[in-house]
Parts: sequence; C-alpha cells; structure tokens
Amino acid sequence: MHTVLKSATKTVTMGHDQPFVIIGERINPTGRKKFQELLRAGDLSTIEKDVRDQIDGGADVLDVNMGVPLTDEPALLASAIKLVQSLTDAPICIDSSVIEALEAGLEVYEGKALVNSTTGEDDRMEIIMPLIKRHNAALICLPNDETGIPMTSGERIIITEKILRAADKYGISHDDIVIDPLAMPVGAEPDSVKQTLETIHIIRERWGLNMTLGASNISFGLPNRHAINAAFLPAGMSHGLTSAVMDARTPEIVQSVRAADLLLGLDQWGGNWITRFRAQEAAKA
Amino acid sequence: MSHEEIIKGLFDETMVGNAPAVLDLTNKGLAEGMSPDAILFEALIPALEEVGARFERGDYFVPEMLIAGKAMSGALNVLRPLLAQTGAETVGTFLMGTVKGDVHDIGKNLVNIMLEGAGFNVIDIGVQVAPEKFIAAIEEHKPDIVGMSAFLTTTMPMFKVNIHEITKAGIRDNVIIMVGGAPVTQEYADAVGADGYAADASTAVRVAKDLIQKKRALVNA
Repeated sequence: MHTVLKSATKTVTMGHDQPFVIIGERINPTGRKKFQELLRAGDLSTIEKDVRDQIDGGADVLDVNMGVPLTDEPALLASAIKLVQSLTDAPICIDSSVIEALEAGLEVYEGKALVNSTTGEDDRMEIIMPLIKRHNAALICLPNDETGIPMTSGERIIITEKILRAADKYGISHDDIVIDPLAMPVGAEPDSVKQTLETIHIIRERWGLNMTLGASNISFGLPNRHAINAAFLPAGMSHGLTSAVMDARTPEIVQSVRAADLLLGLDQWGGNWITRFRAQEAAKA
Repeated sequence: MSHEEIIKGLFDETMVGNAPAVLDLTNKGLAEGMSPDAILFEALIPALEEVGARFERGDYFVPEMLIAGKAMSGALNVLRPLLAQTGAETVGTFLMGTVKGDVHDIGKNLVNIMLEGAGFNVIDIGVQVAPEKFIAAIEEHKPDIVGMSAFLTTTMPMFKVNIHEITKAGIRDNVIIMVGGAPVTQEYADAVGADGYAADASTAVRVAKDLIQKKRALVNA
C-alpha cells in the first residue's frame, strides 16, 4: 500500500517499505496568539520562517492549518497554501475541519495533496470523500464517530472498517486512505498509548494501510515532552505507523525517527542516515 | 489520631493523589466525630487549591492534578450525602458539556475534576450536547454556571448558538456562562457573549469562583 503525495515537482511516498514520512505540524495558529493576530491582519510572514525551520529540520510534508476564529478561513487557507508552495517543493497536508476551507485549499493546490481530515461520521464522509475523489487527493481518516472518541482498539477497528466501506463506495483507492489511529495524552489516561499501538498493529496486519497521527498529543501536560515524543515515535513505527504530524524542528525527535528508519530496515546500509550526518557536518564547518 | 493529624494527613495524601489513604482518613475522621464540613473545607479543598496553584506555576503536571482530583472525588462520595444533610452551602453548581458536533472531552474532564475539588457540585452532561439539551439541563438542575467546551474551530460557533437559544428560552439571566477549549480565546469568548473564559483547568476554577461571588454580591446589593 503506497500513499503518493506530490507537489508540482516533488513526490513523497508513504508505505510500510518506505522511510517514515515526517509531516511538520508548525503552520497552525492554535495556541499561537501572536500568529493569530498577524493572520487576522492578513500578515502571512510568520509562515515563511515556519516553512524554513521545518524543512531544515527534516520535514517531508508540511501541514497547513489556518483555523483562526472569526476569519474567512477558506480564503486564508488558500493564500497560505499558495505561499507555502512558492517557498518549498514539499507536498502539503491541507488541514481544516471546515469543508469549504478544504475545498478552497484543494482548488489552489498544485500536485496531489493529503487532506486532514474526516472522521468516520457518515455526514462528514459523504461530503469530504467525493471532494477527495474529484481532486485526486489522499485523505486522513479518524476512527471516531458521533458517539465520541473510542478508547479501545477494538472500537477503532470497527470504525476503520466503516471508513473503508465508504471509501469503496466513493471510488477512493485504499492507497489514498491514511488512518489516524488516535494519539491521546498518556498523562490523562495511562493506557491510551497501549491502545494506540494496538490499533496500529491491527490495521497494519489486516489491511496494510498507511497511518499518521498527531504525535505531540501524547505528551500533553507532562514535563520534558521532547523525550516522550522521541520515545513514542519509534514504538509507533515498529508497530506499523508510517507517518506523523509532528514537531519537525526538534533534532532529538527527528533523529529518533530517522534512527528507527535505519533500525527497521527502511534505510538500508544507512544511506540516508550517513548523508544527513555529512550535511550536518558540512553545515557546521 | 488527633483531628489535627487527620487534617494534615488528608491534605498531604490528597496532594500526592493517594486515593486509598484519603478515603481511609475521611472515614476515620468521621468515626472520630469530625464534621464533614471540616474535612472538606479544612483539608480537601485547601489541598486541591494548592495543587491548582502549583499547576499554574508549572510545578505540578497533568497526571498529578488528575490523581489528586480522583483521590478527592473518592472522599467526596462519602461526604456528599452527609453535607446535604447538614444543609451546608455549596460553592456552586456547575453544569458542563461539550458542544454539539464535538466529541472531545479530555480538557472538559480535567476542568470537572478541578471544579469538584474546589467544592463545586459538577453535573457533566457529556459530549455532543445540543442547545435544547443545555436548556433542559439548566431547567432541571438550576446551575449557577454553565460551562461549554469546544475543541474545533468548526464547533466553536456553537457557543453563540447555545447562548442565543438560552437567551430565547428566557433563562440567560439565571446562569453565568463560561466557555473554553484549545482554540478558544478571551476575545472569542467576548465575541460570542460568554461571561467567562479560562485557558486551563486551574484558572477555570478561579474564574468560576470570582464570577459566582460577583453575581451573589450583585443579587444581595
């Protein structure tokens, strides 16, 4: 199963036989008050720095979210996507819970985008899946529905089945379905990561689908979050996680992912690992 | 054990979230003739206030706050019926729900725990709460405060819808309305006509207490 994402000039492939795909999470105004104010005033300059930092840090794909309350989110997201595409050739993950914003983003996007996201709710899939089909994009799907966020892997698997039936109905290839196995704060529920890892394992075994999740969630409310995130990702990868929307600016976390690529046989003979090392040494010199 | 030792033990064990010890000391205190009021207001509430203060300073973390809250809830289950008998005035009743279209509840549950810890009677009506359900619950429980939680920019507009419907039902003046959730800001809370907003669970308790005090002062004036 390969999920192929493209910009105008670059292709990134997610797969269980591919190096992990790092999706940079930073272009997102949630919890960034100053960024919100600038965006509301039409000032997108912060994005330039966010793009540079994340690409330099090792992001393969960039998530773009413009969820600023009380603004014209579709217009803002479209402008942001155009700007990001002018700055980098990395493919984009178009992130919004507003359907009109996803539509506006897909309209202006050049290439094959990843869309973040739909839940397994019928009324969401009914609108978003045809949109995905029309624009030939790939779609992140969350296995939760109108009744809440299921805490057990079993319930998540049942909703994943439902998502795949919907994908079949709308003619979307399973290659273009990326499941989000739901990462919840381990500080709020001690068993939550265990359930997530189990979900990842079952989805990989049963369907071989690609999976991504919001990795930074895991460490919410805890001290020394980087170390927790850096430990979680290799664990997820060894169960079958193929991507994450994550902090791409912290070397500790990115390195743990790239080291796990090597250890899991996804970077044979350490080609990527050594190349990165040399580039870092050259940058220091 | 003297009453002082029990109070101190309750405070210390609540601070570290030792639920069995807190429950044990609560029962021991009652057996030795301590009033439920004293246990609540001299030990448990001060302990949770200290937990909240440490959390706000960054000295305490989410799991520590959660287990302290859980330890306290265990004691409250024992104390609540007794407190009801003595007719002690509660800090206030807080009705809480995640808005329609939204199923996120981790933040909401954290706020509930801290509110309970502060002595509020918390009524949680769950996730995906439609405006008519908020209204029915307000009429049933007559809360001092209604708290609404939203985690998504798409579900935040439900604050405004809810407040509009509550106003139309003619019960807006009966309740204080607080809103919160990851994407919510003070400006947004003001824009939708809420009375209060807080960025985290501990601050929410402080804001809730302040708002109730102001309202009671106004009514008594």
